[in-house]
Amino acid sequence: MDINGLQEISRIVRGDVIRMLGEAQSGHPGGSLSCVDILTTLYFAEMDNQPGQNPTERDRCILSKGHAAPALYSVLARKGYFPVEELLTLRKFGSRLQGHPDMKKTPGVDASTGSLGQGSSIAVGLALGEKLKKGTHKIYAIVGDGEIQEGQFWEAMMSANHYKLDNLTIILDHNGLQIDGTNDAVMTLGNIRKKLEAFGAMVIEVDGHDHQALIEAYRTPVKEQFKFILAQTVKGKGVSFMENQVGWHGKAPNGAEVRQALIELGCSK
Amino acid sequence: MNISETKSVRIAYGEALLELGGTEKNLVVLDADLAHATMTCKFGEAYPKRFFNMGIAEGDMMDTAAGLAISGFTPVASTFALFGTGRAYEQIRNSICYPKLNVKIACTHSGLTVGEDGGSHQSIEDISLMRSVPNMTVIVPCDAVQMKKALTAAVEMDGPVYLRVSRPPAPVFTKESDSFEIGKANILRNGSDIAIFATGLMVYEALVAAEELENQGVHAAVVDMHTIKPIDKESIISLARKTKRILTVEEHSVIGGLGSAVAEVLSENMPTAMKCIGIEDCFGQSGTPEQLLKEYGLSSANIVEQTKIMIKKA
Ligand SMILES: Cc1ncc(C[n+]2csc(CCOP(=O)(O)OP(=O)(O)O)c2C)c(N)n1
Ligand SMILES: [Mg+2]
Repeated sequence: MDINGLQEISRIVRGDVIRMLGEAQSGHPGGSLSCVDILTTLYFAEMDNQPGQNPTERDRCILSKGHAAPALYSVLARKGYFPVEELLTLRKFGSRLQGHPDMKKTPGVDASTGSLGQGSSIAVGLALGEKLKKGTHKIYAIVGDGEIQEGQFWEAMMSANHYKLDNLTIILDHNGLQIDGTNDAVMTLGNIRKKLEAFGAMVIEVDGHDHQALIEAYRTPVKEQFKFILAQTVKGKGVSFMENQVGWHGKAPNGAEVRQALIELGCSK
Repeated sequence: MNISETKSVRIAYGEALLELGGTEKNLVVLDADLAHATMTCKFGEAYPKRFFNMGIAEGDMMDTAAGLAISGFTPVASTFALFGTGRAYEQIRNSICYPKLNVKIACTHSGLTVGEDGGSHQSIEDISLMRSVPNMTVIVPCDAVQMKKALTAAVEMDGPVYLRVSRPPAPVFTKESDSFEIGKANILRNGSDIAIFATGLMVYEALVAAEELENQGVHAAVVDMHTIKPIDKESIISLARKTKRILTVEEHSVIGGLGSAVAEVLSENMPTAMKCIGIEDCFGQSGTPEQLLKEYGLSSANIVEQTKIMIKKA
């Protein structure tokens, strides 16, 4: 898919996210909207990933910041993993679309997440497994900037370096916010680039809403080293009243807010 | 039961913590980026110097609390029940309970009533985990009024305490004047046909069920088991002797929680016909709290039904 196509699909996914959260009346808009472009470029322009493939014989992506599930579900539905209409069952009793990703329930979901800090370790396991099988598939994990306060994230980075996992890419959705405030107000992250470099990563910093830059980062060759994409993003991206607002981390939009957001995204009709 | 007032137990927790902060100058509070959900933010705003947001790092938070306790403070650490008792289990076990440090762990969003977040966020094993650690006291308040008494009592005693706090608005049915003593069950209703032991939000369901049973001619005693550990053996044994039938109800797995604790007492002292209502060894899922409680049998209707089955059997 070309850049115009990626922009279009990203806009559609953002519209889906707003509709889903409006219908569910709970969930996490801010962190879903900030990782939309990361997800769309991965699924529509980069990964070898199609419905029908054997999940162990394709590229895989772990949404470690599982609360952004609505964005992942929309991307998977738009890829054809399940019907788009099903998106509106998000978080409802009996739905295949649980509040947080459930690999047993939802087609296309590669790992069950929601408890922060664990996805990168699972990704290390997938990457090791791929190497053991002499496979060539790539493994991606998307982590939040609040999430990397978990010590386990750093344990995973140490392993990724130790085992020289050049089939592993960790993408940081660096939107600067978590629940109780900015990252720095809650628990200072310091110089992320230097920290990751010290952990042995090839660090590539990009605008996390620039599809071209993201694709180039995914394609930058790497050998015997894992890749870490530091994606600068805006929490709530695309909806003016949600952008950079910590209050929109875990609050669903009401009817009027849904309408306003859909107009801004050009998704109302 | 005609209850008009509802209030979330976690809101009451935030208020109680704020109030205690004024008198207990040794109190320090820790959270792991959930202060606006656990409601420790109120304490944090009033006493910023005694509040530590540790970021999303539950294990680190528990051991930091241990260090503050060694330094002579009374730390209260909060996060969601799943991450507090799950992610940080071994920190609690080895760094807090093993040396019997004076750390209070108050975890909100416990059980199924977390609702839409789904099974990954619904702690149905936390009572079991915390109860099995030596030196730990386990308290599950049944409503907003009791929450404050429970926190006060926990802070007044020396040693580790786990307080299990629920998320959604819930009926307020206990009174300010009702007594609260750690380890002493509150008998809310007498009855001769069966004794229903309930904890947390299930206490109210048990009371509603008992009223319905009374209408049908069944006299059910209802006991509020706010303390799961140390368990009130005397109340359990004396009610078993009187009613010959015991039912337990909890928003928790049937493995290791209140039902197990009561069964441990009865099997050794007074073997009695028993039924445990709880989550039958499976995970939760997304849904509204009401839908989930109904689906997993945690309703007054199911308590009535199970009671009638037990009475028919005997
Ligand atoms: C282990 C764990 N602790 C706490 C939470 C609760 N929680 C959900 S989202 C969140 C904040 C996440 O912040 P960040 O990683 O920056 O995500 P984003 O800004 O991308 O939404 C927290 C604390 C959790 N899901 N898992
Ligand atoms: Mg963030």
